[in-house]
Amino acid sequence: MVEIVSPLEPAYRRGAHGNRDGGSRITLSETQPGSIVQLAAWPGREDAMRAVVKTVTGLALDGAPGAGAVDESSAAFGFAPGRWLVVDQAEGAGQTFREKVSADLGTVCDLSHGRTAIAVEGEKAERLLSKFYALDFSLAAFPVASAKSTAHHDVFTLIQRTGADRFDLYVYRSFARSFWHLLCASAEEFGYTVE
Amino acid sequence: MLIACPYCGPRDLSEFTYQGDANRTRPNPMSNDQSAWNAYVYERVNPAGDHREFWQHSGGCRAHLAVIRSTLTHEIKSVAFAREAAK
Ligand SMILES: [Zn+2]
Repeated sequence: MVEIVSPLEPAYRRGAHGNRDGGSRITLSETQPGSIVQLAAWPGREDAMRAVVKTVTGLALDGAPGAGAVDESSAAFGFAPGRWLVVDQAEGAGQTFREKVSADLGTVCDLSHGRTAIAVEGEKAERLLSKFYALDFSLAAFPVASAKSTAHHDVFTLIQRTGADRFDLYVYRSFARSFWHLLCASAEEFGYTVE
Repeated sequence: MLIACPYCGPRDLSEFTYQGDANRTRPNPMSNDQSAWNAYVYERVNPAGDHREFWQHSGGCRAHLAVIRSTLTHEIKSVAFAREAAK
């Protein structure tokens, strides 16, 4: 496999930054999945596509909008009608899906090099993301494993809640470094650690 | 102004792109009927009240939507996927 190079590299400063009064109330990290795969089902084939996701990843998705599932090494969620994102820390998921998804079922688009995955974690994670997006980030409105498609100015973002105080963000690779700068600047008031 | 996307739920106007009047019917592309093309390109209902229009949730799920909006109050009275509304 071609090595996945981080677009954040020149701006990725590990360690503690910003307001130190309350310690780090935000942790930022680039999760660097080996596979990021977009699946689209033809109309009427949505259930069959979700069954393929279950076969390949073991993750069970229900049919509700934005429904998702996570385990230690992989994640999957719906982000649009008939469309899902599947993320795996291991490489090669795109090839596996290409073998399993027949032409009459839908399409597979391997975005492993095209998206950058950033985890925002900590007691102020909801507060930080509320500065970016006009969404309700409370646990009741945005349950663990569910996902939403949204945008911050021109930076289209897929957001999956992967824990009570953790969100995984997927942004276009070409916008990722600019987005990262803004994320860090916006986290300064809370104190943040880059892992 | 909020638009309740059938997939994403209520979202801010800034996530959507207006795609025009949904009361028009495009003539057959092979048609030479100039009055039909003139009506399609230029003539608008322009109501003071409920207006059927297309929007795209371009900053979200990307779905195309058929919306009924009051031009007097901006109240959104109904939202459906455009592909279902077209049936
Ligand atoms: Zn939507």
